[in-house]
Amino acid sequence: MTASRATPRAGLLAAMAYAAMLAWPASAMAADGTIAIRGDTVHTMAGPAITDGVVLIEAGRVRQVGPVADVVIPAGTKLLRGTVVTPGLVDAHTVVGLSGYLNQPQDQDQLDTVDPLQPELRAIDAYNPQERLIEWVRGFGVTTIHTGHAPGGLISGQTMIAKTRGETADEAVIKPVAMVAVTLGDDARAKGDGAEKKSPGTRSKAVAMLRGELVKAQEYVRKQSLAEEAKRPDKDLRLEALSKVLAGEWPLLVTADRAADLASALRIADEFKLRIVLDSGAEAYLLTDRIKAAGVPVIVHPTMRRAGAGETENLSFETAATLKKAGIPVALQSGYEGYVPKTRVALFEAALAAANGLSFDEALAAITIDAARIIGVADRVGSLAPGKDGDVAIFDGDPFEYTTHCTAVVIDGEVLSDEPR
Amino acid sequence: MNALRAGFLLAVIVSLLCGRPAFAQERPIAFLGAEVIPIAGPAIPAGAVVVQGGRIVAVGPAATTPIPPDAEKIDSSGKVIMPGLVDTHSHVGGGRGGDSSGPVQPDVRILDSINVRDAGFRKCRAGGLTTLNIMPGSGHLASGQTVYVKLRPANTIEDILYRDTTGTILGGLKMANGTNSQQEPPFPGTRGKSAAIVRQKFLKAIAYRDKIAQAAGDREKLPDRDLELESLVDVLEGRKIVHHHTHRADDIITVLRLRDEFGFKAVLHHASEAWKVAHELAKAGVGCSVIVLDSPGGKIEMMDFSLVTGAVLEKAGVACAFHTDDPVTDSRLFLRTAALGVRAGMSREKALEALTLAGARMLDLEGRIGSLEPGKDADLVVLSGDPLSVHTKVLQTFVEGKKVFDRDDPEDRLFAVGGYGASRDQDAESCCMSTRAVESKR
Repeated sequence: MTASRATPRAGLLAAMAYAAMLAWPASAMAADGTIAIRGDTVHTMAGPAITDGVVLIEAGRVRQVGPVADVVIPAGTKLLRGTVVTPGLVDAHTVVGLSGYLNQPQDQDQLDTVDPLQPELRAIDAYNPQERLIEWVRGFGVTTIHTGHAPGGLISGQTMIAKTRGETADEAVIKPVAMVAVTLGDDARAKGDGAEKKSPGTRSKAVAMLRGELVKAQEYVRKQSLAEEAKRPDKDLRLEALSKVLAGEWPLLVTADRAADLASALRIADEFKLRIVLDSGAEAYLLTDRIKAAGVPVIVHPTMRRAGAGETENLSFETAATLKKAGIPVALQSGYEGYVPKTRVALFEAALAAANGLSFDEALAAITIDAARIIGVADRVGSLAPGKDGDVAIFDGDPFEYTTHCTAVVIDGEVLSDEPR
Repeated sequence: MNALRAGFLLAVIVSLLCGRPAFAQERPIAFLGAEVIPIAGPAIPAGAVVVQGGRIVAVGPAATTPIPPDAEKIDSSGKVIMPGLVDTHSHVGGGRGGDSSGPVQPDVRILDSINVRDAGFRKCRAGGLTTLNIMPGSGHLASGQTVYVKLRPANTIEDILYRDTTGTILGGLKMANGTNSQQEPPFPGTRGKSAAIVRQKFLKAIAYRDKIAQAAGDREKLPDRDLELESLVDVLEGRKIVHHHTHRADDIITVLRLRDEFGFKAVLHHASEAWKVAHELAKAGVGCSVIVLDSPGGKIEMMDFSLVTGAVLEKAGVACAFHTDDPVTDSRLFLRTAALGVRAGMSREKALEALTLAGARMLDLEGRIGSLEPGKDADLVVLSGDPLSVHTKVLQTFVEGKKVFDRDDPEDRLFAVGGYGASRDQDAESCCMSTRAVESKR
């Protein structure tokens, strides 16, 4: 049972009214203004870890972080304790909320296969904050997710960033549009009925279609500035979305695994001067120099992603470590799963990366501050520092050890999970 | 060449005489100083394991265990040694069982379709696995015969088969109920129909068995051989265990109902809702081979999947083994399954037993494998530390006293960690993972 679901509707409305009173974003409705979290070790990710530290949260935001002796905790403050305290975890790429746990047609909204080019699809229109997998990942400390349209379409749609709370998408969202999801490689091939007669049918065709659409958007932008109003194009949602991509406002999230496809992504980014983030990147370790030179971050596939003959046959447990050592910004993710388990858990993927070449701090950063930077929300989440959102995960031991439990999760100062998991 | 051939023949003869494979080593090896987790008893802090001729000779404290003078001594201090892991449910090797011709195909043997060069086998050894029950899929009521394999290096499937003293190849029968085996006709469309088809087939097998018995060896009266019914008679006679895919609590109980009607031996596989009927399972004396996944869902039958299953079964006194269902979970991370069981409340002892001896019992192989005890096969795994820690690495895997995985070997390491070329020939779209299968299971 989630805390938010247990909240009676009246209480929720009161909380919303309270939040509105504070002129605070709706997602930051803290039912109770103040909470202090004390940990034997507090990993702030904004500096060195603090031994016997306290995180003081007021009105949903971090007020102060420091050794217990330095933090004055107001009387009546709700107190939580744990062995290890970290920022609420940030899953840099998932599809929870769009791809539901039952895996039935009615809860699968992550991919429309009718058209390969659909940058106009908004994630917020399909996001179900009541989806059980959101509560599931939150139970393992995840408080912020970058979710949206799934890999599997050449341009499958937009992504968004949400907190793992809220009764509606509007309450949950902290960034309605984060990126535009692109897939290159085998998985970009047309799907659905009659797929063999549809494009793209090859890797080259996929790249040609993507370039063609970006050129179309360039023309759309050019014509919008024509002096003669009659010659300006009608508003086109698809080209509007790509205009934002061309303007660098929205990055392309390019999911690709083979080195050749990753190189295609870099080539397109260079040609159109786009901001891109590489996603998955099973063979990214073959291209570290080029990725580094391009200044492109990589959201590495789940460490435990399945390998098998095909796109992912060369993946390695050590990819995140290899990229990190090369100086490439790296985050980890739960990714997309089409069967069982219906989602992975970012905490577990980081744990295995920590056992395969990443240091503890690097692995934790890959699901906190580094992830927040790559998805563009580091001003709000990813570390525990004054002014940031009061999002905290509490553990009864090393968060990466299999037998450790996440004992409580706090979002915007509100305790949302307190059953050890 | 002749000398080699003669030597090979001699080795074969010796191995036949000993009832042991030619693979088995002869000079004793003594692993000294490791924490030894025998499963059959409490952990030994500074232990010794002595193996010879492919079998375990002695297990005990290093200080008091007699070490044969000619033994190769291996300093294992700082390491942990436990039995080779037993995976009661794997799809490694790209095998396929029954086809789309019908829902009951007990004549089909998975061993006839396994590629022993599949990289999945290398990864199993890298995960410390030494015995697998390789299963056909769950898209049939009976998808075929499973095969128990010992993870020796193999040139052909024959090299890794388990056989009994008469030479009979060992394995069980894969059955399934619930939604996976419901498809367009001639497959069943409902749960009731599924059970009816299975009952009808077993009744036929009983009649067939009775006819053979009545013939009392009279060739005039013997019925024609029928491979499907022969396989089911093996099940009825207890020579083959039914490895039964089942998720939902009511489906689990249906398996028990059929088991009681026909008197076969069954192990419940996956058993996602076993936690709801743990007391019934305890009363029935049936064991569960459980999968641990990172989330519930993926299909409706998995909606109430829970990490607590192992703990609930332990508390209720139900035998519990774990399995990988590889490729559903990665064989290299099989230890993690037990660790997550402990995370959700299982005892450390029972969780480790669930990776080894409990699984061996569910394959009727507990006399040979599953624990470190004198006389058992020398299948063991050398770990860098606590089996339940994420940081622990499988350093070496031994099968019948011979090293089959060494993390220090660059080629072996490639399969342990992944990287370029690690999975080129590996079949990941196994029975239960292909998109087509998923769609048809909805």
